[in-house]
Amino acid sequence: MNFFVKIINDLQTYFEFPFVRYALIVGILISLCSSLLGVTLVLKRFSFIGDGLSHVAFGAMAIASVLKLTNNMPLILIITVLCAILLLRSGSRRKIKGDAAVAMISVGALAMGYLMLNVLNPSSNLTGDVCSTLFGSTSILTLTKTNVYICIVLSVLMLLFFVFFYNKIFAVTFDENFALATGTKANLYNLLIAVVVAVIIVLAMNLVGSLLISALVIFPALSAMRVFKSFKSVTICSAIFSVVCTTLGLLISIVAGTPVGSTIVAVDIVGFLGFYVAGLIKGGKKA
Amino acid sequence: MAQLSCVDLCLGYDNKVILENLNFSVSSGDYLCIVGENGSGKSTLMKTILGLQSPISGKVVFSDGMHKDQIGYLPQQTVVQKDFPASVREIVLSGCCGGSGFRPFYNASQKELCEKAMEKMGITNLSKRCYRELSGGQQQRVLLARALCATEKMLLLDEPVSGLDPKVTADMYELIERLNREDKITVIMISHDISAAVKYATHILHIGKNVFFGKKHEYLKSREGKIFDIAEGGAKQ
Ligand SMILES: Nc1ncnc2c1ncn2[C@@H]1O[C@H](COP(=O)(O)OP(=O)(O)O)[C@@H](O)[C@H]1O
Ligand SMILES: [Mg+2]
Repeated sequence: MNFFVKIINDLQTYFEFPFVRYALIVGILISLCSSLLGVTLVLKRFSFIGDGLSHVAFGAMAIASVLKLTNNMPLILIITVLCAILLLRSGSRRKIKGDAAVAMISVGALAMGYLMLNVLNPSSNLTGDVCSTLFGSTSILTLTKTNVYICIVLSVLMLLFFVFFYNKIFAVTFDENFALATGTKANLYNLLIAVVVAVIIVLAMNLVGSLLISALVIFPALSAMRVFKSFKSVTICSAIFSVVCTTLGLLISIVAGTPVGSTIVAVDIVGFLGFYVAGLIKGGKKA
Repeated sequence: MAQLSCVDLCLGYDNKVILENLNFSVSSGDYLCIVGENGSGKSTLMKTILGLQSPISGKVVFSDGMHKDQIGYLPQQTVVQKDFPASVREIVLSGCCGGSGFRPFYNASQKELCEKAMEKMGITNLSKRCYRELSGGQQQRVLLARALCATEKMLLLDEPVSGLDPKVTADMYELIERLNREDKITVIMISHDISAAVKYATHILHIGKNVFFGKKHEYLKSREGKIFDIAEGGAKQ
């Protein structure tokens, strides 16, 4: 009992710091956005797009730091969005298949980024920098007010996009050819989805780092799909799953002093196992 | 008057020609069956009509108040992933998507259209079920209901009965025939089953080495149709 009281007291103290509140707001918004699009990405067989794009973002960050840009956000966003469009471009006439293309761009960008940092910008703490970009640092806890505002604005825009185009996203994800044949502008919506995905990835890098980003995209969707059977229920469930897990993960990492990204992913894994078992029980009942 | 005509149509992939000099037209209320061997280009023709790929030369012309986006389409074996979570109603309703332009939500009349389509296909009781847990015949009905949401005028069906058992196949043909007769929907159907084609269709398009297009009774007299006659006669003996 005493143990819980102590934790709650601890949390109360922590919440007096603005950076903790910022981290929580940003964490919730990002996990909400990434889980909503995660359903589409998993179903389109683009689970690894998160990895690929975040490595591109890492490469872009390397370019920005070599160029000694003070505000690297715009450059990173532009490069990542372009790559997302290239990868998610619709059309069966592509020469290289989706998963191979993602893998190629992903490792390519990672290698080139690291190489560039090493050769052109031998800063004092290279390993530390790289490590924190890859695994997510405490940077979510060092967010400035401006960053928080940028994040809030972009997230709200993305949520609006998702709500307004929900029906189109479903149609394009379920059967792109039918949508195209009956007059839905499937190419346009694929393009918009690519842009939004890229923006979310860049934002989410702050939270969990580029190696763990796929977790935010796939765990909520896969967990929800264990239990629910309609697109709407899966979407809603994965959003709730994601927000709950991220909040828990953040709080645990603050109290226990563990790395933010890995803790969130750990909570996601526990959540997934829970849903997996629930799915088995539900399926068993029916049979 | 023709709703759809193909003029000197030449189609294929990457400039590799599959079919050349195709000329035919379809009028309102027609029931056209497209027959031909596997790989003769039937599905390719359908995709070209739908604008999913562009013809190598020639053109597809819509007239008589018809527009390309007003076609309902039943694809050949929709490759829906095994784990796609979608209820029957969500899928049928998505047929209305093309008609709503940039409007984000479906309006009351679209929802009514969806209910009616499900009723016609006899799947109203399945509306909350998960699509991937249905039988093959039920799945085809769902996709046909979705196609009905996209059109009031013309249906393009690519092998709608492949993989169904004889009873379900017969039901499916009845459904399609009723849509053509009662709702006056033009039907263009690809089929392997020449005897069904001859039973239901008003027109036949036979593609392959020899191309034939014409009314059903002309087809039975033609060289391509004779082959069918002999085969059918042989089966009866
Ligand atoms: N995406 C594609 N790229 C290149 N060739 C194709 C493609 N799809 C089909 N083909 C070729 O086009 C021909 C016609 O195919 P299709 O229209 O599917 O035949 P059918 O539907 O009559 O069985 C086949 O020889 C096939 O190999
Ligand atoms: Mg075919």
